[in-house]
Amino acid sequence: MNTDHYLTLSALLFTIGAVGVLVRRNAIVVFMCVELMLNASNLALVSFSRAHGQLDGQVAAFFVMVVAAAEVVVGLAIIVAIFRSRRSASVDDASLLKY
Amino acid sequence: MIAFWALAPLMVLAAVGMVLVRKAVHSALLLAFVMVCLAVLYAAQQAPFLFAVQIIVYTGAILMLFLFVLMLVGVDASDSVVETIPGQRLAATVLGLLFGLVLVLGVAQATMSASVGLGAANRDGNVDALATLLFGPYVLAFEVTSALLITAALGAMVLAHSERLTPKPTQRDLAAQRIRDYADHGKHLGPMPTPGVYARHNAVDTPALLPDGSPSSLSVSRSLQARGTIPADLSPAAVDRTATALDSTDSHQRSAAKHTDRGSGR
Repeated sequence: MNTDHYLTLSALLFTIGAVGVLVRRNAIVVFMCVELMLNASNLALVSFSRAHGQLDGQVAAFFVMVVAAAEVVVGLAIIVAIFRSRRSASVDDASLLKY
Repeated sequence: MIAFWALAPLMVLAAVGMVLVRKAVHSALLLAFVMVCLAVLYAAQQAPFLFAVQIIVYTGAILMLFLFVLMLVGVDASDSVVETIPGQRLAATVLGLLFGLVLVLGVAQATMSASVGLGAANRDGNVDALATLLFGPYVLAFEVTSALLITAALGAMVLAHSERLTPKPTQRDLAAQRIRDYADHGKHLGPMPTPGVYARHNAVDTPALLPDGSPSSLSVSRSLQARGTIPADLSPAAVDRTATALDSTDSHQRSAAKHTDRGSGR
């Protein structure tokens, strides 16, 4: 069982998530891509935890999950608030901070 | 290792699909697939606690929240294909490929010592060992996490709450507004036309035909129009075309029916 296989998969998923954030317009899909990036980093943390025989990596992954949950709650609330005022979930339409 | 080689290509495919598909709901489902596969990989890497947490928190809570907000925001919120910054998509893809190449090459060039494995660390069970760490050296971070979660819940409540700025219109106000619209703009006073009136079908996605034969867009639901169920082209020419097409099939069926009638008559 090789750690670098897992790390390569994690790097690929992270890259796909990053490209998705740059390419997509829908705020919700952009957000999902951010989640994918967080998950990829979690996979790397868990792999390192097993490679070193210590559980600190798993604890770090657990904290990442908690932070992701908090982030999703606030982020989706912001998207809903923006949608309510502008009738659109596109990141291009939210180009002005006011109005 | 079997789990890895079985799941990793599927995960990468699903992730690529998540970026490429047009509809946000499909993206969410593909992301759910990636997350469940990740949970299986955690289980394969001696992390049973994270396996459970990944399924419960990510697939169960976070993704359902995503789907919930998608329903709230509406199914017609699919992406526009118009590029606001010219060449942005291409530049992003090229940069992403370079970034991925650098990451993968970096991983490939690193020399790693043999994997130690978590057998010793998980001796008393994975959950017990994690609890010892969380409530021991990491207890401060754990407490701060609780503050973060409470703040997030409060923030969501503040952001999602909206004060009503104008009083809610009563039925009387609405009726008065209707009459005023009729007096000022001559807007029709009665209810909206029902779908399918004078048309050849009475399904809800068939617009009613006005006396001059043109379809009335008022007669079909706006959400059906946004979803693309109704042909976008409601011009009289297009309707005539479909009408003649339907006529030909109708007459065909009618002649077939006549034949059978005659056959039974004899």
